[in-house]
Amino acid sequence: MDTGLSGFVKKLPLKPLTLLDINQISTDAYILSLPQTHDFLPGQVVAITLDASIAPRLYSLCSAPKDETMQILFSVKPDGLLTPMLAKCSKGDQLLVSAPFGAFLGDEQPAWFIASGTGVAPYRSMLRAGLTHNKKLIHGGRFAHNFYFQDEFATALKDNYIRCCSQESGDGMYHGRLTTWLQQQQQLPAHQMYYLCGSAEMVVEVRDILIGKGIAIERIMSEIYF
Amino acid sequence: MEKITLFGKTPEELKQVVGELGMKPFAAKQIAEWLYKNHARSFDEMTNISLKDRQRLNESCSIGLETFSNVQSSADGTKKYLFPTAKSRFIEAAYIPDDDRATLCVSSQVGCKMGCLFCMTGKQGFQSQLSAGEIVNQISSLPEREKLTNIVYMGMGEPFDNLENVMKSLELLTSEWGYAMSPRRITVSTIGMIPAMKHFLEKSECHLAVSMHTPFHEERKKLMPIENVYPIAEVIETLRAFDMGRQRRVSFEYIMFKGLNDSPKHVNEIARLLNGMRCRINLIRFHPIPDTPLESSDETVIQQFREALVKKGIRTTIRASRGQDIFAACGLLSTKALVKMQSPDF
Ligand SMILES: Cc1cc2nc3c(=O)[nH]c(=O)nc-3n(C[C@H](O)[C@H](O)[C@H](O)COP(=O)(O)OP(=O)(O)OC[C@H]3O[C@@H](n4cnc5c(N)ncnc54)[C@H](O)[C@@H]3O)c2cc1C
Ligand code: SF4
Repeated sequence: MDTGLSGFVKKLPLKPLTLLDINQISTDAYILSLPQTHDFLPGQVVAITLDASIAPRLYSLCSAPKDETMQILFSVKPDGLLTPMLAKCSKGDQLLVSAPFGAFLGDEQPAWFIASGTGVAPYRSMLRAGLTHNKKLIHGGRFAHNFYFQDEFATALKDNYIRCCSQESGDGMYHGRLTTWLQQQQQLPAHQMYYLCGSAEMVVEVRDILIGKGIAIERIMSEIYF
Repeated sequence: MEKITLFGKTPEELKQVVGELGMKPFAAKQIAEWLYKNHARSFDEMTNISLKDRQRLNESCSIGLETFSNVQSSADGTKKYLFPTAKSRFIEAAYIPDDDRATLCVSSQVGCKMGCLFCMTGKQGFQSQLSAGEIVNQISSLPEREKLTNIVYMGMGEPFDNLENVMKSLELLTSEWGYAMSPRRITVSTIGMIPAMKHFLEKSECHLAVSMHTPFHEERKKLMPIENVYPIAEVIETLRAFDMGRQRRVSFEYIMFKGLNDSPKHVNEIARLLNGMRCRINLIRFHPIPDTPLESSDETVIQQFREALVKKGIRTTIRASRGQDIFAACGLLSTKALVKMQSPDF
């Protein structure tokens, strides 16, 4: 298969890595485990493809640097090119993977982590790396099965883990969109960071809400899954 | 059965279509001429194709050219055209006449995924990719088509997030069999998607414009999320490593935001980053969008910024603001009001 993009793919420093494991964790989402070849910072991404004729896509690492394997979380886009193929991979298959890169990085400052869909991936890496103090995670999804890693997050963050589910109601979940939850907050803490990660639609809408509620743009960091 | 759209296809692709319809291969070349040289809008105009073949074409194919559905005219002569695209979506193109030039600013996507803080298109999210035919339709269906001297890919969307269709549209515009335009009359603008930009540099001879807006990494991250993965310093390194030849132009777009990116510190850092590079900078006044905390720098500050850059040896111009009264100015294009309710992932 040639998508016509093979020229630049060859120039990306992609290395073959053996898939150590693939786990379906939800109806539409999988975790890939890869050998930990490089040091990285929580929040960084890797470029991944299956062969040099397919343009690599970017994926946040959802594991922590101290973990034994390097993991990514991905959801399958039914009309997408790469994710349906990734979902069919098995342990032992070869993937082409870049070294980790990217600057959506967490630190010790107080922060709200806001995500839609698989946009929780970098926060899982940050939380597993110990960045749990003064952090609140607000995750928006359409269905209950979209709250990936919910047990892990609930244990690490307790009341500071908020699930906003727009299409279903359920125990302990806010029934509504995460943008509605944000709009309903009377006052947002001004002296902390706001991290936004996921679809462009979520990021631009949430950013407007935060700015409308008086949060300075210097305090808003966004990672868009384009 | 859905009809095959022909506008936007290369002669090779047309050959395949006419083959499937049982027509002779040379009909592909004839159709390409009618589409791209004679601007035919119906098969009946294609008089050197036999009546029987025209009937076949009418039955199985459509030309695929779309007339604009609205136009707004600015006091300064700029016109903003609204074009329909597939799935009842819309894009905008801005026609900007000047003394001896007439530029068309075309869109490459319906909406955009890149979410730049200062941009109206970014606020509408992403709806779909434009096909090569839909991109070139903005030129072909433009009433002022014959007056055009320049094309800029600076409308809605990030061209390199739709690389295949954008490259194909450039082939259509610059090929002998197509519009035979000089690539020196075409500029593609990017926020710096490095892998796709490399592909463009290798495969096309068109000019490149890179949206810089600040030379500082942390500051640019807040304005343009792309900076997380493709930092401006690496974009510039990539450009330095590429032999542009003498004719090809690289420019940097720089929107001036009051108190944010308009200080002497910014001048120094730009000069450091671009040191020795053959390029120029276009300073752009910011045209405020709803609910933005950003403001445009004052006129005097913009002038001083330009002079300071020129002193550093960087060719710098200030872009005239055009079409502001009809929201056709830079960063203001949007068809958000026409976007049907989508179901987001949150
Ligand atoms: C910094 C970054 C980090 C990311 N991290 C993650 C992550 O951790 N987990 C994750 O799941 N994803 C992540 N992504 C998204 C990921 O890179 C891919 O975009 C995603 O997995 C889809 O890939 P795909 O090949 O399956 O779909 P693609 O083939 O790339 O298609 C993407 C979508 O566009 C649509 N589409 C394709 N072609 C067209 C067309 N011509 N017109 C209109 N629509 C079209 C498809 O239907 C699909 O929904 C990240 C992206 C970025 C930029
Ligand atoms: S400036 Fe360009 S890349 Fe950024 S959001 Fe607007 S259209 Fe997209």
